[in-house]
Amino acid sequence: MEHVFLPPLSRVAVCGGTHGNEMSGVYMVREMQRQKLEAVTTVLSNPRAVDACRRYIDTDLNRCFPDELLNAPITDSSPYELRRAHELNAQLGPKGSDAAMDLVVDLHNTTANMGLCFIFYSKDWLTLHIYKYIQSKMASVPLRVIQLDIPISEAYSLESVGKHGFAIEVGPQPTGVLRADIYNMMKEALDLTIEWLQKFNSGSTFEGGEVEAYVRLESVDYPRDPKTGEITAAIHPQLQDNDFKLLRRGDPIFQSFSGETLKHKGEELYPFFVNECAYYEKKVAFLLARKVTLTFPSISLKRD
Amino acid sequence: MSSHSGAVCLDEARRVAIFGGTHGNEMSGVTLVNLWTKNGAEIQRKRVESKPFITNPKAVEKCTRYVDTDLNRAFTAENLSATGGDDLPYEVQRAQEINRIFGPKGSPEAYDVIFDLHNTTSNMGCTLILESSKDHFNLQMMNYIKKAITPASCLVLLNEHPLLKYSTSRSVAKHPIGLEVGPQPQGVLRSNIFEAMRVILKLALDFIELFNEGMEFPPCTVEVFRVSERVDYPRDANGNIIAMVHPNLQDCDWEPLNPGDPMFQTFDGKTIHYQGSGTVYPTFINEAAYYEKQQAFVTTRRETLVASAIRKA
Repeated sequence: MEHVFLPPLSRVAVCGGTHGNEMSGVYMVREMQRQKLEAVTTVLSNPRAVDACRRYIDTDLNRCFPDELLNAPITDSSPYELRRAHELNAQLGPKGSDAAMDLVVDLHNTTANMGLCFIFYSKDWLTLHIYKYIQSKMASVPLRVIQLDIPISEAYSLESVGKHGFAIEVGPQPTGVLRADIYNMMKEALDLTIEWLQKFNSGSTFEGGEVEAYVRLESVDYPRDPKTGEITAAIHPQLQDNDFKLLRRGDPIFQSFSGETLKHKGEELYPFFVNECAYYEKKVAFLLARKVTLTFPSISLKRD
Repeated sequence: MSSHSGAVCLDEARRVAIFGGTHGNEMSGVTLVNLWTKNGAEIQRKRVESKPFITNPKAVEKCTRYVDTDLNRAFTAENLSATGGDDLPYEVQRAQEINRIFGPKGSPEAYDVIFDLHNTTSNMGCTLILESSKDHFNLQMMNYIKKAITPASCLVLLNEHPLLKYSTSRSVAKHPIGLEVGPQPQGVLRSNIFEAMRVILKLALDFIELFNEGMEFPPCTVEVFRVSERVDYPRDANGNIIAMVHPNLQDCDWEPLNPGDPMFQTFDGKTIHYQGSGTVYPTFINEAAYYEKQQAFVTTRRETLVASAIRKA
């Protein structure tokens, strides 16, 4: 098996409140700051949105990080979040440079029944090592990894600013609500991530191998009234809360307000982000993924 | 005023309003009212004029609870008589407008019945909210609904507490009824929650139709949960929350909470126990909108109310 040597992963950032109403991350970062942890840099990504307990003020911060937006100049009329993205890029990046944080972990919640998910961009198999480690320690928790097959220059979310990065997404939790079970799950995943980093930085070797992952393919919008754009159906009760359960041709996906069932017509795929509240405005009722097996090399610390 | 049979005689309930979007991000009510505004066939009943109405259109447009202030707390006498026109907070202006159309509150011209449709992030199931233990019409309606949906459940929350009760949109009517269905996140439309609310409302309208046609409803008892006390999150000196609703209490709306039971859990896992003097029935456990109102949950006590027989005058 291939073995890769990496320099120490010593500069690590944990970000919360990238969406100001996703409460686990907000409270996690506050708690970590209160405890004055030194091993890790903590960042409250979108303080104004956190204060207002809203997803964002002007525009979604977690879509502000593709290269073209980070390279565009900030003007007086730039949205708040674009300014914030530039500040975060300066603090944790710059994206693509040698000065960037070794690892950026961004904490999120979803209203979808996704359990505990790691979301990463395809080049970064480091995430798979951490995922595999956490999987071995949190065996009873619904844990999955989602790959976004997008080149880093187009990667739009905050964690793409670091040399390595991933998002920890935990659901279901309503916006504005802090659930103990969800918080505790996220905390355990984060504690184990930091534990893995300590082991790696102390010289442990981590065996490579294979993991099952979900690769995001496409999105499906709600049925809408052609004139008003208003939605005319809700996610079908048989799809609701069934993220990652294989969707076959003919399976119900929507139930219209007049009682009709609409069915899945495409290929067999895995739905996720089913009924995520922030995605109504992005015209997404759910996303679809293909299940794949990803292989990754063994790694250990590069000693000079 | 009673008839020779002992029944209380009440006016026909002809003018009925169905409010949605009092909180702009509570999607079942917004969706139902929009649906029924386009096609009201489902809410038509003999001898009933039902008017679906979006109470807070700006909040609905922004998919937010409110724009300036909570509309469902805005119907105080002070607000309803305030001068200032456009300078008033948006929701106070709306309250005055709603009072003009569906009230005036407390007058003979007010609407007979207003249903106000709400969702909660709490695991409350279907809940009917009652503002007066002496409203026999409402008690009879709630009894009718509860019997009709058996074995499914629909509980009754009574908020008559002198300090904790508040001036709701529906309070403009002679018979105000709150319909609260959860759990549902803000901004999300869940099919099961939507359909449950729809069923309850249709049963309520069936009751009104029967009443208006002259049916007499015999005396009955109704079990209610009477609001007792608001319990806030433990907070530090700066007002920041320092503990979460305990996993054993989370989602356990309407289940008994006994002295010594776990109530909150700190961020490092310590348990804070309920210290009350007796068993209570908590509800509105971990409602998103109540963090800013300093409420983690509200305690209730079980009570059985007796409703007189009623019939149309």
